[in-house]
Amino acid sequence: MSIRAPRKGENYELSVDLNSEYREKRKDAIKRTIASMTVGKDVSGLFPDVLKNMQTDDLEQKKLVYLYLMNYAKTQPELVILAVNTFVKDTDDPNPLVRALAIRTMGCLRAEKIIDYLCDPLQKCLRDENPYVRKTAALCVAKLYDLKPELVIDNGFLEQLQEMISDSNPMVVANTVAALTDIHIAATSQPSTSSSDPGIFVITTNILNKLLIALNECSEWGRVAILNALARYVAQDEKESEHICERVVPQFQHVNGSVVLAAVKVIMIHMRGVHREDLIKQLVRKMAPPLVTLLSSPPEVQWVALRNINLLLQKRPDILSNEMRVFFCKYNDPLYVKVEKLDIMVRLASEKNVDALLSELKEYASEVDVDFVRKSIKAIGQTAVKIDEAAERCVNVLLELIATRVSYVVQEAVVVMKDIFRKYPETYEGIIPILCANLDELDEPEAKASLIWIIGEYAKKIDNADELLSIFVDAFTEESYSVQLQTLTAVVKLFLKKPDSSQGIVQKVLNTATKDCDSPDVRDRAYIYWRLLSMDPAAAKAVVLAHRPPISIPRTTVAPALLEELLGEVSSLASVYHKPAETFVGRGRVGADSVRKGAEAADDQFSTQKALQTVVAGQQAENLLDFDDDAPALDGQPKGLAATEVLSQTPAAANLLAGTSSNPLDDLVSIFGSGGGLAPMSAVPFGPGSAIPGRGGFGFGQPMSPAPATPAIKSQPQQHHPQDDLLGLF
Amino acid sequence: MASLIAILDLKGKALIQRSYRDDVPASYVERFLPLILDFEEEGQQVTPCFSSHGINYLHIRHSNLYRNFFPHENKKRDCFNFSNPLVLALSKRNSNAAEIIIFLHRLTQVLVEYFKELEEESIRDNFVIIYELMDEMMDFGYPQTTESKILQEYITQESHKLEIQVRPPMAVTNAVSWRTEGIRYRKNEVFLDVVESVNMLVNANGNVVRSEILGAVKMKCYLSGMPELRLGLNDKVMFESTGRTARGKAIEMEDVKFHQCVRLSRFENDRTISFIPPPTANSNSSVESHKGSRVEYMVKVKAQFKRRSSANNVEIYVPVPDDADSPKFRASTGSVQYAPDKSAFVWKIKQLGGSREFLMRAHFGLPSVKNEADVEKRAPITVKFEIPYFTVSGIQVRYLKIVEKSGYQALPWVRYITQNGDDYSLRTALEKGSAPIMPM
Repeated sequence: MSIRAPRKGENYELSVDLNSEYREKRKDAIKRTIASMTVGKDVSGLFPDVLKNMQTDDLEQKKLVYLYLMNYAKTQPELVILAVNTFVKDTDDPNPLVRALAIRTMGCLRAEKIIDYLCDPLQKCLRDENPYVRKTAALCVAKLYDLKPELVIDNGFLEQLQEMISDSNPMVVANTVAALTDIHIAATSQPSTSSSDPGIFVITTNILNKLLIALNECSEWGRVAILNALARYVAQDEKESEHICERVVPQFQHVNGSVVLAAVKVIMIHMRGVHREDLIKQLVRKMAPPLVTLLSSPPEVQWVALRNINLLLQKRPDILSNEMRVFFCKYNDPLYVKVEKLDIMVRLASEKNVDALLSELKEYASEVDVDFVRKSIKAIGQTAVKIDEAAERCVNVLLELIATRVSYVVQEAVVVMKDIFRKYPETYEGIIPILCANLDELDEPEAKASLIWIIGEYAKKIDNADELLSIFVDAFTEESYSVQLQTLTAVVKLFLKKPDSSQGIVQKVLNTATKDCDSPDVRDRAYIYWRLLSMDPAAAKAVVLAHRPPISIPRTTVAPALLEELLGEVSSLASVYHKPAETFVGRGRVGADSVRKGAEAADDQFSTQKALQTVVAGQQAENLLDFDDDAPALDGQPKGLAATEVLSQTPAAANLLAGTSSNPLDDLVSIFGSGGGLAPMSAVPFGPGSAIPGRGGFGFGQPMSPAPATPAIKSQPQQHHPQDDLLGLF
Repeated sequence: MASLIAILDLKGKALIQRSYRDDVPASYVERFLPLILDFEEEGQQVTPCFSSHGINYLHIRHSNLYRNFFPHENKKRDCFNFSNPLVLALSKRNSNAAEIIIFLHRLTQVLVEYFKELEEESIRDNFVIIYELMDEMMDFGYPQTTESKILQEYITQESHKLEIQVRPPMAVTNAVSWRTEGIRYRKNEVFLDVVESVNMLVNANGNVVRSEILGAVKMKCYLSGMPELRLGLNDKVMFESTGRTARGKAIEMEDVKFHQCVRLSRFENDRTISFIPPPTANSNSSVESHKGSRVEYMVKVKAQFKRRSSANNVEIYVPVPDDADSPKFRASTGSVQYAPDKSAFVWKIKQLGGSREFLMRAHFGLPSVKNEADVEKRAPITVKFEIPYFTVSGIQVRYLKIVEKSGYQALPWVRYITQNGDDYSLRTALEKGSAPIMPM
């Protein structure tokens, strides 16, 4: 018996029992050891004692010992070697369950010492007569590659796996495919591989046929693995694409949602190669019912499905055009499901179903959950912006909601109304008095800012606009910056529209903003207005009251190139997050170094740019979709620009603008580990694009239009001198 | 693929965990709950998958209860509630989210079938077998066998009986021979249950907002030898494609899902039938009136199906304000109970004949001091019922052919039943006055 201090305590007792002469007692001790391990106690000291119990006919006991080994092999590398003999012997056991267990566990030990002993038994198990052992051995090759790739290559395991794709047993084929794919991913993400290397698992036409045959015979998870491999296949011609689609479509009927989504992925990829309109139509039609049925799954699965459906609809809005009702929220849906459903409902909204949608959204707006209520009201606004014919009905629903006088409902409705005014200027002026009547109820900055914007925009039509605005001017220093900015602009608009009656108020607000305000953005904007007004009122009018293009809802929330990429990865985390994989993986095992090296390759640079573009486009789209929800949060970016935006027409200022706006992008660039040199290069094309719509989204009443054709610009040349001073500020 | 799978307790600590790949350290499990709490604090939504510092967290919540039947019981919002075990998977790659999430559900399903209930206690008591199952169900992050029937053949609680050497069943690797040769029954019988679950949402004006029928054909099979079965349904598409005309009514099925064994002559398939016209199943009408410190409800139930059918065990859950007290009920049939824990009262009717109509009145007192900020909850009324010998869709089993080489005669038994699905609800009116909910 091994003697270790201390000779008491739990571990000591276990050690005694592990060495007991009675089998039952030993087994019980192993169980207790595992129990301690499970609750997180350190029982690694018992390693030699547990190891002694490895050689046994009792399968359960063997499994427990193996489990222990898997947990502690890394901490006791010297002792693991003692287990090798039993492992190797077990791989010769007459019972296939024992053979498979041994080879499976050896692959999980991850101790250098034992790896060298793994190759011979693995060689044997790959050729085992029992498919259960073969399928386990196939995955073991992937485990070995993860630890020591050279061993896999030197022992010819890769060639053996390639042969096993022709195995008679579909489950073996499936695991072989999974193993090869795993190795392929690991190999291609290594820095040493160049882009000229085709990779380890290249799917040829020959393999394709074998996979298509195995697909119909193997288990559900095997199907997922095979479908994933099919998604990587590059079809030779249109006929082959059609063939693959036809063979994969029956998988839509599978009860397992991951098989359905994997099949959707394969179809979306290979449909690119299909040009027959009738076949495409048929494929799209067949896709709808299985997607609808996914909504009867548990909520987490529904959510994954909904995120993917959202992407699918961006590419093919026709898939579910008649199915909006299935996306109606259930009372008990978790919030994350409801939010996704809302987004999809707005996507599916059309003139035909808008009435049903509105009555549903109105219902949601009276639910208890504040977040959900707000999002529902936003959805009403989005519907109004999306469908011109329904705008009036949407406005009526919003008016009904405002009449409830529930504070957060009213505030959200005001924010949404501002967007409707931006889309349909001068159309719903009649409701402005109703909005203004709720002025006292507003306590959220965004709602206040929205209402102020509306007042400023329609100052001419509102008789008491100066009275209303003076409420905010009086409390100017107490308001949040976004409200201050809006107040400032609105008062200037008021002055430009009704110069006679508002001289005093504009003087007051400019005074307060330049003297008593802590925010440099507010001060800068006030200075610009001041100078504009004093130098050239006509120019001020052109700038402040410039025509703005109406807003619209973008059809896609991600850039087209990224959309294609994500659709090629349906059901993956990337497609769930709507972000390219590079943004959330790549650190860790595949270290930052390798990513940096990889980024030097032209491909990766391209993907970096694409990713950047996507993130930027995503933000931009989000702004428009969210209807300024994030205005205060995003303020940081445009605030700094707010003062310079008038200058954006001069080349120097444009550069400055781009330079400033690239700052947030620098962070993005650094995610991809690219050198600093890339930053300005990639940022410049996106910079203005990202900054200006973002700013426009706030409805600051500034000339949000980056379009260089507005009259404002034509009057610019005279403006140079005063602005040059301003440039100095930067 | 998943790198690590853990079942967490209420405090976010792992009850049991299994690491499948080395790329995610086990310590990340402990970061999960703090992350969730951070999200909640920042008012961010907690979604089933999220990424933090290069690690992807995918999680599901298991619930032992019949999910979501009592909406008013649920918490005000979907705040993070650990009353049920939570199953978490960690991954570092751009893994297949659908696969992992569905696998986690399968894992809990298997554990429930093994231990009846999945709770902290049952997990602690059975850690040995759970380790075994986790080892068998997933290898290197790739799901393997997740059928509990097959797993039960070789992973059992009594495996210490040394005499019998367990071997992997053929079904693990070869789905075709899922059935062992030589099964014998004295009486050859097949029981088919055609179960239709109706989900329906009716708004306060009595219009059907959404309705769907989830139908399932479930089979219990006591047949000897290696029978080959064929099941015929009155499927419209099938009739049309074969060019025959149906004698009775044929029905249209929107989507059909098959259990993976169906093709291999094992029948246990689900069918989803959904259609827009309102089905006539069970109906319910209610008038609600508030007068200051008391609230009155009038509930009228009308069975709108044929006279010869009847609904059994009808239970109507009507939500009431949380602080309602001193209930008084008067019902023309059945019994009414107040369930303050669910903030509802329940009207139970043992048997409700077709075309019959009943009335119930309820009266509650409300505290005179009302919290102004208290937003009125308007949970929908939910209904539970069973209608035997009846299918809403009109689906029929036309035949079940059993072919076995010994040529024995077998008796197929078919039973039809319609019941409520997990979302059969009626929205109540917004106005505090009286707003009738029309019968469907």
